[in-house]
Amino acid sequence: MKVLIAITRDEIAPRFDLAVEAIIAEVTDGSVPDEPRHLLLSEPSGDEFCTLAVRESVDVVLCGGIDEMHYDYLSWKKISVVDGVIGPYAEALELLANAKLKPDAILPGAANEEDGS
Amino acid sequence: MFQDVDLSVFLDGIPHAVLLVDPALSVRAMNRQGEAMTGRSLKEVAGIGADFVIRSNLRPFSRFFKAVLEDRQTVSQEGNVLDRNRKIAPARFTISPVEGRDGDLLGAMVVVEDLSHTAYLEEERAHMGEFDAELSLNPKMREIAEKMPVFAATDASLLIEGETGTGKGSLAETVHKASKRAGYPYIKVNCAALPESLLESELFGHAPGAFAGAERVRQGMLRLADHGTIFFNEIGDMPLSMQAKLLSVLDDGEFSPLGSTRKVAVDVRIIAATSRDLKALVEEGLFREDLYYRLNVLRLRLPSLRERQEDIPLLIDHFIRHFSKGAATPQLDSEALGELKAYSFPGNVRELRNMLEHTLILSQGESITKEHLPEYLRSPESLRPHAGVAPGPGNAGGKALRWDDVEKEMIIDALREARGKKNEAAKKLGWARSTLYRKLRQHGI
Repeated sequence: MKVLIAITRDEIAPRFDLAVEAIIAEVTDGSVPDEPRHLLLSEPSGDEFCTLAVRESVDVVLCGGIDEMHYDYLSWKKISVVDGVIGPYAEALELLANAKLKPDAILPGAANEEDGS
Repeated sequence: MFQDVDLSVFLDGIPHAVLLVDPALSVRAMNRQGEAMTGRSLKEVAGIGADFVIRSNLRPFSRFFKAVLEDRQTVSQEGNVLDRNRKIAPARFTISPVEGRDGDLLGAMVVVEDLSHTAYLEEERAHMGEFDAELSLNPKMREIAEKMPVFAATDASLLIEGETGTGKGSLAETVHKASKRAGYPYIKVNCAALPESLLESELFGHAPGAFAGAERVRQGMLRLADHGTIFFNEIGDMPLSMQAKLLSVLDDGEFSPLGSTRKVAVDVRIIAATSRDLKALVEEGLFREDLYYRLNVLRLRLPSLRERQEDIPLLIDHFIRHFSKGAATPQLDSEALGELKAYSFPGNVRELRNMLEHTLILSQGESITKEHLPEYLRSPESLRPHAGVAPGPGNAGGKALRWDDVEKEMIIDALREARGKKNEAAKKLGWARSTLYRKLRQHGI
């Protein structure tokens, strides 16, 4: 299963449309075998992340908040969206690989970052 | 005097989302409006960074906090916020330092004022004009406008009757905006759009585990509208079981969310609208008589566009100016105006507006002639007095279509031709992609 996560530093970005950084990772059999690939946009763009998700044949987009338009677009493209998640992306990835991540989850390691996206 | 005041009572009294954060920018307190906006309870987000909870576009949000904490000055900034319903709403953020009695800095208070109501009203005024006394010479409309201050000054239930597209929603919102509840939420519920099972949960909220899939608490629209106004559109379509529960809210001001035994008290004003004959529904046993009389404290009927023929030129002028978006305003020739005046407009002002928007796209900035108007206007049936639905193209079997239906068919045809590719379909229709998305949502495609 291929996953795209919109991130800010080590955390899941609070807003998909305002994030500039993402990772793409493969998760198989409850683990994340390879190091995730990091992607950086020149400016925040939910549209660009959607295009990337389609082009990369991503199965799941994991994010914090996502607006209705991008959510509908991804759903229309048959990409699952797990949104409303707060916490470190590595922790979220582990939970997702083990089918234990639910939308709106606040992860135990949810950090109190001084600077968000 | 106030040292024993419960902080939550104080915060809940503020008609906006309010969060208290500590100097590390972790959320420490949040009022009921804040919970409604974020969809999270304070228990869930206590200790979490405010950036991740508020989801503002002021990036990084923490920069504003730092300015407040260092300079101890209040900062106010407009931006937007992504709410729990995945909607981006314009908002004003006011961040103030919070100091203890000894002058120690305890943190900051963030007030998030939702400006979508103001923006909506401005847009509504520009776009719709469905209910706008300034766009009317009609005595019935003037009379309603004169009664507005009376309707706004009371908390009594208001029942608005009128055909579809006459502006019942805009009138309800205008009453709310002019009332003392204006600073509190205005929540719209379309009783015709939601199935009974969903309507109950949407309206009254639910506790976690109330039913399969109810993983988190839903506050419910009644609770979100606390201190404000709730508008029930097409109240005649509300299921009887819901009517009983709504009646108890009207009588006692409290209700129990689904799956919960705890009563929730709310203070809401109820405005209901219907395009159906509620009295007849009562006689047929489809609407509760007691609820009918409870809602019918104040009542008014909005005239159809056929009853306000004198307003058609005014409205046409208004919409042409609006849709021209500052470019040269095309003129409507006398033949085209004649056709519009002769048409029965079963969809009322909304139909006229949609028709003009489409006509302006077709006319490409040139003078608007009758050729630019939809063909069904020239059908002899379209000139007949209104009999429920408007005549339309392809209705050989006698089933008539309204402009909305025609537009929906056009969109579906374009999508079919474009094999589902929205960009291509938008090009075929001569619309921007965003217009197509808006129309898709509007028509529920």
